[in-house]
Amino acid sequence: MSSTSLGRAAKVVLSLVVLVLIWEGACRLFHIPTFLLPAPSDVAVRLYEKRELYLSHSWVTFYETTLGFALAVVVGCAAAAMIVVIPSVRDVIMPMLLIAQIVPKVAIAPILLVWFGYGAIPKVLIAFLVSFFPVVVNTAQGLASVERDLLELSQSLKATRMQVFWKFRVPTALPDLFSGMKIAITLAVIGAVIGEFVGGNRGLGYLIIISNQELDTPLAFAAIFLLSLGGIILYALVEIAERIAVPWAGNSDANMEMARLG
Amino acid sequence: MNATTPAIEVAGVSKTYKARGGTTTALNDLSFAVRPQEFVSVLGPSGCGKTTVLKIIAGLVAPTTGTVRIDGKPVAGPLNEIGIVFQTPALMRWRTALENVMLPIEILRLDKSTYEPQAISLLKLVGLSGFEGKYPNELSGGMQQRVSIARALVHDPSILLLDEPFSALDAMTRNQLNVELLRIWSERKKSSLLITHSIPESVFLSDRVVVLSGRPARVLEIVEINLPRPRLPEMRISPAFIDLVDRLGRLIGLEYA
Repeated sequence: MSSTSLGRAAKVVLSLVVLVLIWEGACRLFHIPTFLLPAPSDVAVRLYEKRELYLSHSWVTFYETTLGFALAVVVGCAAAAMIVVIPSVRDVIMPMLLIAQIVPKVAIAPILLVWFGYGAIPKVLIAFLVSFFPVVVNTAQGLASVERDLLELSQSLKATRMQVFWKFRVPTALPDLFSGMKIAITLAVIGAVIGEFVGGNRGLGYLIIISNQELDTPLAFAAIFLLSLGGIILYALVEIAERIAVPWAGNSDANMEMARLG
Repeated sequence: MNATTPAIEVAGVSKTYKARGGTTTALNDLSFAVRPQEFVSVLGPSGCGKTTVLKIIAGLVAPTTGTVRIDGKPVAGPLNEIGIVFQTPALMRWRTALENVMLPIEILRLDKSTYEPQAISLLKLVGLSGFEGKYPNELSGGMQQRVSIARALVHDPSILLLDEPFSALDAMTRNQLNVELLRIWSERKKSSLLITHSIPESVFLSDRVVVLSGRPARVLEIVEINLPRPRLPEMRISPAFIDLVDRLGRLIGLEYA
């Protein structure tokens, strides 16, 4: 990590600390009722008191999110591959994908509950439905974006379709797949929470509904805090995976400059 | 291979494209040959269809009429006897220089361990010794095009096709790579066909220059370049060189007058 990125991280942390301090100060100074806006300290206390409750509900939301996301990546890649490799399939799949994307997922969530009950399945499915579209679109675009000269090279060497797919298209598409995955993971969290809002008795989304009914605002804030934290961690994990899988994408300008000078 | 059989023979090749409201002719009855180990340039104005000539020879595009023969055999598709250097380096960003050079070996399913020493010595030949493990984004544009030259030669084809390989480079790098291309060619002795729109480049490198007209391209003249080899950079300012450049320039210029 370079000194500039360390400096940037310090800036982010510092601004968050300042924000929390202002929030805390305002709540105490103006005596804002806790049920309207709890102070960060109230939220932290509640988080600590009920840590076991939070842990179990967080775990539920976490696995619904990751399962839905994993499904979105698998189905999304398969759909993207079909669209690019079998052009005649494109006209069949693309309209269906578009319709699936346009239908409001909040509206079909209750129906999924009727079909699949109050367990984890409808939540996973909603997380999947909300997040698969960016994976398909980005991956398909990546698979189709092999340089023209590189494709002609493959033709001149009589590369088989499998060789073109695995040696040319897949590596070309990897950076785009990860762009799609980064969007998808944030959407998957939203999808899981939508599912929990609509029905069921587990998960952080369920906790928020319950705390609203009981006017236990610190509880809701604590759940929101955990959702955001979980989302950030999942996003960071995807980014780490990207750096491992696509090491060639980063930092090219600096290297280029080095090559010119050397 | 018989010494009298041309390495490449282009016989009466035309190419027309169907366009809205009729057909357009890109190439009009081209005929020329490249003898074994000869260096021939196809020189023509931008957009005249030079690249199409190369693609037809490479078996990537079928001619509308006429035939191309490689070592006497009619071309019906891509052949392993041919190595191609494209306009862009067309390197895989996720592969090192050496892995890029080895790509044709993998695709042709040849034995990697047999060809790896060849790939390493080719990188040395193009002046990239010590850069085997570098990724394309760590190399300059000229270095990338050198890698692509090594890649075109790795499966030891007898014919090298070059499609304006230096047109995207700055003039200094381009001149330098011209000199190096000659050195590579004199060491490996491939029958070479260079597509270019640079008159000095075609004169400096070639035994003969096939001069094409603007669209639809036809052969204006095939000019012998009787400059002695080995050709040295300072030859570019010799009277004989300048005369030839002038002659080719007027040949192409006449088309527009």
